Amino acid sequence: MIQIDNLVKKFPHKTKAGKNSEKTAVDNLSLSVGEGEIFGLLGPNGAGKTTTIRMLTMQTQPTGGRIRYKDMDLAEHAQELKSIIGVVPQHVNFDQDLTVGENLELHARLHHMKRAERQQRIRELLAYVELTDVVNDGVRRLSGGMKRRLLIARALLHQPRILFMDEPTVALDPQVRRRIWQLIRQMARDGVTVFLTTHYIEEAENLCDRVAILNKGRLVALDTPQNFCEKLGRYTVEWDGSAGREYQFFAEKQAAAAFAGQQAGDGSILIRPTNLEDVFIELTGRREGI
Amino acid sequence: MLYDIWTVFWRDWVVLKRRMTKFILSRMVAPMLYLVAFGWGLGRSIQVESGTYLDFLVPGILALNSMNISFNSITPVHAERIYHKSLEEYILAPIWPDAFVIGKVLAAVLRGLISSAIIVALALAFGAHFTMTPLFLLVLVLNCIIFAEIGFIAAMKIRTYEEMSQVNTYILLPMSFLCGTFFSTQALPGVLRGIIELLPLTHTSYLLRGIGSGSEIALASVFVLLLYAVLGFVIGSRSFRQLTR
Repeated sequence: MIQIDNLVKKFPHKTKAGKNSEKTAVDNLSLSVGEGEIFGLLGPNGAGKTTTIRMLTMQTQPTGGRIRYKDMDLAEHAQELKSIIGVVPQHVNFDQDLTVGENLELHARLHHMKRAERQQRIRELLAYVELTDVVNDGVRRLSGGMKRRLLIARALLHQPRILFMDEPTVALDPQVRRRIWQLIRQMARDGVTVFLTTHYIEEAENLCDRVAILNKGRLVALDTPQNFCEKLGRYTVEWDGSAGREYQFFAEKQAAAAFAGQQAGDGSILIRPTNLEDVFIELTGRREGI
Repeated sequence: MLYDIWTVFWRDWVVLKRRMTKFILSRMVAPMLYLVAFGWGLGRSIQVESGTYLDFLVPGILALNSMNISFNSITPVHAERIYHKSLEEYILAPIWPDAFVIGKVLAAVLRGLISSAIIVALALAFGAHFTMTPLFLLVLVLNCIIFAEIGFIAAMKIRTYEEMSQVNTYILLPMSFLCGTFFSTQALPGVLRGIIELLPLTHTSYLLRGIGSGSEIALASVFVLLLYAVLGFVIGSRSFRQLTR
C-alpha cells in the first residue's frame, strides 16, 4: 500500500558558529506498509517521525527519495492521492471560527463530497465518535478528548484508504486513550491502513501489527512487537545494580529465575515479560525522553 | 476549480454572515469620523477646483477604506497559518492551490465592497455628489483585489503577529494619507510625488475622483491597477505553494 524508498529530508540549519548548514531530519528511510495494516513509527522526540508523516502527506517535500501509494508515485499523482489519504495531526488544527459541524462540512466540501453524501457521513461519524450533541458548538468549547475524537472523525469523513495519525493520543488521560485505540482497531477492521507515530511504547505494543523504530532520522529496526521481544529474550530480569537499574534478558523463564537467584537478595529484583520499551532502550540507548 | 473557489469562499461567508451586524456597525465608525471631521468641519474652509471638499474627499475615503478593509479581512489567514494551523486542511485537500488564493481574495473583496457601500450611503446622506459608473465599480473591485492580495502575501510570508501589524504601520498608513486620498498629489515635492504616483492607491484615488466628478481620466491608470492585480495573484499563488517546500 505504501512504499518508501531512500527518503531524505534536510532542513536549513545554523551552526553554533552562525554558519549556514543543513540538518538531516530523515536519513535514507526505506520501508513498506501493507493494506489494512496498523503500522507504528516509534522513536524519541526529534527522531523524525512527524517529518516523515509530513512528507507522506504532501505537507512538505522530501529532499530525496521516493514515495509510492498503490504503485502511484506521490510526486506525479499528488492531487489524486490526497483523496485516499486522511490525516490526524499531532496538534489540534480546527478552524476556530467554525462550529463542530461546520468544520466537518468544510472538510467534506474540500474533498468534493456531494451534499446528501456529506450530510449522511457527518451524521454517521459524529455518532461514531459520540459527538452528535456538540454539532452546533464552537470547537473552542470541546475538551481535549473530544477534540481528538473530532480530529479522527474529520480525517475519516471522505473515507480514506490510508489514515496517518501523528501521536493520536498525546496528552490524553488513560480512558480517552483506550477509547481512541478502540476506534483505531475498528478502522483497521474496516480495511483502512493505519500509519501512526507515537512515543508511547504501550500504544505501539497494543495497537500495531508492525513497528519501525526511528532514531535520529534513521531506521534502527522493523518487526512485529512480539518478534522484537522474542529476539531480545521473552523474560527480563531487572534489579538495582552498582550502576543503577540493570536489565538482563532470557529466552526461557527457568534461565531468568536461575539468574535472579544468583543476585543479592535486596528485594529489588524482578522477573517479568520483556516489553517493547526494553527493546526500544536496547536499540536506541535512551532511557530518558522516550 | 470553481467548486473549490466556492468552498474556500463559503467558509468566509459563513463567518461573515454570523458577524454581519457587528461588521457593518464597526465599518461605519471610521468613515463617519472622516466625513464629519474632514467633510463638514475642516472641509468648509477648504476650496477645491471642482465642487466642495466633501465631493473631493468621498472618492479618497472610498479608496483608502476599501484598501484597509480588504487587507485586514485577509490577514486572519496569518493566524490560521501560524497559530491555529488550520491552513493544513486546505494543503491536505485535493483542491487546486490557486483556488485557495482566489477564494480568500474574493471573500476579502466582498467585505471591501460591503464597506464601500456603507460609505457611499453615508456620503450621500452627508450631501456629497458623485457619479457611479460600471468603470467606477471596476476600479473599486480592482483596488480591493490588489490589497487583499498584498494582505495574502503578507500572511504567507510573515512569521509573527508583531511583524504583521508593522505592515499596517509602514505600508498602509503612509499610503492612506499620501496617495491622493485627502489632497492632490500635485502638492507633493517632485521625487516624493514620483514615488507616490507609482503606488496602486494613488491610481485608485485618481480614477475614482475623476469618474465620480465626470472628468476625463487616463485609462493607463486602469491598466496599472490590472497589472498590480495580476502581479499580486502570481506572487500570492507562489507564496501559498511554497508553504509545502
